[in-house]
Amino acid sequence: MSWSSRLPRLTRSRVIAGAVVLVLVAGLVGWAAWPESRDWTSEDQMITVPTGPGGSGSVSLDTRLYLPKDHDDKVPAVLLAHGFGGTKESVSDDAESLAGRGYAVLTWTAQGFGRSGGQIHLDSPDYEVRDAQGLLDWLAARKEIRTDATGDPRVGVVGGSYGGALALMLAAQDPRVDAIVPSITWNDLSNVFLQQSASTEATGVFKKGWAGVFFGNGGSDASSEALANPACGRFAADICAAYLQVATTGVPDQKTLDLLRKSSPAPVLSKIKAPTLLVQGEVDTLFPLSEADANAKGIAAAGTPVRVAWFTGGHDGGAGPQTDQDRVKFLTVQWLDHYVKGEGDKPSDSFTYSRVAGFSALDRGLVTNGYSTDAYPGLGGTGSTQISLQGSAQPIANPPNGNPGALSSLPGTGGRLSTLLAGVAADIPGQFAAFDSGPLPEAVDVAGAPAVRLRAASPTGEATLFVKLYDVDQQGAETLSAGLIAPVRLTGLPSSISEAEPVTVTLPAIVRQIDKGHSVRVVVATTDQAFLSPTEPATYTVAVEPALTLPTVVGEPIANPQTVWRYVLAGLLLAIALGLAVVLLMRRRRLRRQHTPTELEYADTPLVVKGLRKAYGDGFVAVEEISFTVERGQVVGLLGPNGAGKTTTLRVLMGLTMPTAGEALVFGHRLVPGSPVLSRVGALVEGPGFMPHMTGWENLQAYWKATGRPVEDAHFDEALAIAGLGDSVHRRTRKYSHGMRQRLAIAQAMLGLPELLVLDEPTDGLDPPQIAEMRRVLKRYATDGRAVLVSSHLLAEVEQTCTHAVVVNKGRIVASGPVEDIVGESPSVQIEVSDVPAASRVLSDLGVRSVTPDGPSGLIVDVNGTPRSEVIASLVRAGVDVDRVVPRRRLEDAFLALVGESSAGSGDR
Amino acid sequence: MSVLSSPPSAGATGYRPSRTLPIWAEVRRQASRRRTQGALGFMVLLPLIVLVAFAFGGNGDDESEGSAFGSLVDLATSGGLNFALFCLAVSAGFLLVVVVALFCGDPVASEAGWGSLRYLLAIPVPRARLLAVKLIVALLYSLAALLTLTVTALIAGTIRYGWHPLGSSVAAEIPPGQGLLRILGVAGYLAVSMLIVAGIAFLLTVLTDAPLAAVGGAVMLWILSSILDQITALGGIRNILPTHYSDAWMGLLSTPAQVDDLVKGAIAAICYATVCWSLAFWRFTRKDVTS
Repeated sequence: MSWSSRLPRLTRSRVIAGAVVLVLVAGLVGWAAWPESRDWTSEDQMITVPTGPGGSGSVSLDTRLYLPKDHDDKVPAVLLAHGFGGTKESVSDDAESLAGRGYAVLTWTAQGFGRSGGQIHLDSPDYEVRDAQGLLDWLAARKEIRTDATGDPRVGVVGGSYGGALALMLAAQDPRVDAIVPSITWNDLSNVFLQQSASTEATGVFKKGWAGVFFGNGGSDASSEALANPACGRFAADICAAYLQVATTGVPDQKTLDLLRKSSPAPVLSKIKAPTLLVQGEVDTLFPLSEADANAKGIAAAGTPVRVAWFTGGHDGGAGPQTDQDRVKFLTVQWLDHYVKGEGDKPSDSFTYSRVAGFSALDRGLVTNGYSTDAYPGLGGTGSTQISLQGSAQPIANPPNGNPGALSSLPGTGGRLSTLLAGVAADIPGQFAAFDSGPLPEAVDVAGAPAVRLRAASPTGEATLFVKLYDVDQQGAETLSAGLIAPVRLTGLPSSISEAEPVTVTLPAIVRQIDKGHSVRVVVATTDQAFLSPTEPATYTVAVEPALTLPTVVGEPIANPQTVWRYVLAGLLLAIALGLAVVLLMRRRRLRRQHTPTELEYADTPLVVKGLRKAYGDGFVAVEEISFTVERGQVVGLLGPNGAGKTTTLRVLMGLTMPTAGEALVFGHRLVPGSPVLSRVGALVEGPGFMPHMTGWENLQAYWKATGRPVEDAHFDEALAIAGLGDSVHRRTRKYSHGMRQRLAIAQAMLGLPELLVLDEPTDGLDPPQIAEMRRVLKRYATDGRAVLVSSHLLAEVEQTCTHAVVVNKGRIVASGPVEDIVGESPSVQIEVSDVPAASRVLSDLGVRSVTPDGPSGLIVDVNGTPRSEVIASLVRAGVDVDRVVPRRRLEDAFLALVGESSAGSGDR
Repeated sequence: MSVLSSPPSAGATGYRPSRTLPIWAEVRRQASRRRTQGALGFMVLLPLIVLVAFAFGGNGDDESEGSAFGSLVDLATSGGLNFALFCLAVSAGFLLVVVVALFCGDPVASEAGWGSLRYLLAIPVPRARLLAVKLIVALLYSLAALLTLTVTALIAGTIRYGWHPLGSSVAAEIPPGQGLLRILGVAGYLAVSMLIVAGIAFLLTVLTDAPLAAVGGAVMLWILSSILDQITALGGIRNILPTHYSDAWMGLLSTPAQVDDLVKGAIAAICYATVCWSLAFWRFTRKDVTS
């Protein structure tokens, strides 16, 4: 057997189906793999710009300019700055997106990073900011860039974190900047790294976790040539010295403070004239919302348009959920389009923010809802809720070197929103005091910086404390919103709590809904791993005043574009319902038509087969052309060798197969699959088919149930009598012998006493007495106007059972008619004699029509009306011994000849 | 017209195409099968096995990666609602798929295999009706399996762990009454998302005579889709994978419930099921039944 014969044959429909699938798959893959058509071009080059105080030095910057592909005029520009530790590559996505919107985008690697030269000066006005001014000069000289005046390009500055502060400071230093979008950036580095949340003049607490991450990022550039100093990496000497100083002691000297102030937008905010969109992250322990708040206030004070947006993300939370990213992107583009490109309406002053609404199973991230208010409310909210806390003054211990330390956030791990919100917070027993509220009667939508008043006493007169606000659920599980805590460093404290003056502690601004029934817990702790706490052990006493102020904002929910899918779903369901209704209506109409006889002249004829032909899809012709009729009262035998096309004909009669040509009419109704007239036909085709897990009786019952006809019409008793299974009828059919199944199948075919019974090889598997009984049953069955069609490959079967016979071979009818006619005696007789020549002579004299020798001692004689007895008597009188006289039958002649010649070539039909 | 001996209707007395193969008859045909009884029985057994496993398992110290699923394990013993949620969650990925594929991939192919399909068609049960009844009953059994699992888990979990709020690590606790609705919502979404399995399995059962091929094929396609869905490099194609939204029910655990992904998942499931079933009907009403 060759392998190719096992493959499915190629037919037209298979080729078409295969081609369609192939095209679909190819299209899908192509669609996914096809490179997006770029609507921009880019060029990389090193640009040398003046740098240092007075522009005395120069530095070579690694830049890339993106230009929109199809631009007729000069285009506005965007200077896109990267974050700390990044390069021009880290902002390529944003750059491509802006270039696609018709901006020339210049990205560059800040000095001290990547392939650019120079050192890290922390956005120093003399270095990084001056570099950017050089880039503005360069842009102004490019012929593609739109200019406001000679040397003044139309330009916006966009950047996050390190790049955000650069945008602010560049706008302050260079009036050529037309708009800026600084995000997740700082206002004052001295406040960022020496954070002080209490209303006191004392220096804050050193944020050692983040400072280390920052410093590590700048020093870890192994490829740089600046590795001469392993302690400082590519940091400029003054920055490095300042870091080492403050990281060692935790208390900055004046030089360090000056340096941090110089690298901050805070002192120069009033000079910013470029409209500013400030984007700040709600999950950001490095640059919390208060930094943007300070920037917003400073810039607005100078009369410059400022807009603020918060998103659920930041240095701890990453880019945030997709809805937030989309919103920030929309705001940015709107801002640039109006203030730089000069397109679109003036952006409104509305303030937008987002609040965690739940958990998205698909992105394994958080889902946020966006809200909007008409104006930026600041960190105090538009309203506030007072909550009273309980708890008396408690002593808490500061361990030496702040170890072990409480955990609130994991600086530098970035982007683990869900981790942070699931809460990594852990307090160390003995090191914290907790002050609880009762369960909240109503949910509170906190948006802003909560405030409490704290009293502390210390034997050393100083205390470093960390104040946190927990949301505590009914089970007592506490969540620290965004991992944000308020570090407090107090000086001049009394040693007794009773003498302590309260100070106001402003907790970090958060956006959170504290659910109804939850309570609020304010914790005052002595340590936190993100901050540097005093090395000397001490025990403080702390007390929190009962009043906790929670600022609230009631924002308008921003419509969620996802809700459109609900309408899609509703529309889909409606369309399916409509489609189904149409299909059902059409079907009902078609079914109704089937009830009228298609040919009235045959309305009383059980079966008329006319010119039936069946060719299969692979070209095999099972039935060439078959026509016959079954009248009432007839038992018609469909006789033919295996593969003659009998079963295929019967399959068409049962509506299992559609004929290629011709038709079969049952009581005048043309047969199509499911023709109602089939209910007047009982059938056994291709062997029995029963559910093996049911008994014979249950199978008959189940079959009759499926007809939907009344039980009394079934005539189960008659059917069971015919099956003759006795008690075995209550055994499962899987245990039946072949003969038992066959009898049960005949009984099933006779259920309801159908007017036409079609049986395919009914005696298959029956023993001789059962066959004899079956013949009687079938003959009797046809007597009262019913008809039976039996197929068989056994001549004797047809001869003894049927009134009429149809002989088929190779898909064609070779003989048909009443059995008496075609099975009845033929005029010829086979005679075996002792002396053939003598017998021939005698017979010729008798006047028979022909004498043909048949074997050594046989003769086939066409007696031509002469009685057989007379023929025999003549032979005997002539002294010829007669061994055997066999009457011949016409059908046998034909059938045996057919089988003999065809059995080699016939396939399984 | 009284000369005509044939009845006014084309069929035998009492025969009405719309009365053939009543739904109840098909329910009984399937009910006596070991396969049906086994699958439904296992739905009762599974929560009990899980219950026993929790009882004997003690406090395992498996670190549960802080994922949403990890928290489901941690919280499974916190109350009947959480126990039911856990049982649904562990079944959603594979067990339910197999059970639904079994109920929907078997009915036509097994009748074809036994040879009884041709006798049903010769009754004649109209082909579209046969398929519709088979489909409806298969869906009813699938739904019964899901409900059996949910109800058993709810009852067993509540008896063992009590009637407590529905907890999760992603949102505030949900009070028991509302929590019950959420659990039913999860079960309902699982039912909708299983329509995809039902669709594929039912299409296959029409195309093949081997029940195993239909059931196995549907399960394998589901697994293939799950694997592809893990490959983020496929980008947008993942959104149209049948399994892409299979975890969206977790959105029901947060407060307020996140239904956007559920809606998209329902759209995907209904589209897949409609296409598969349409193809199945189109094919079955035209094909030559040769088995």
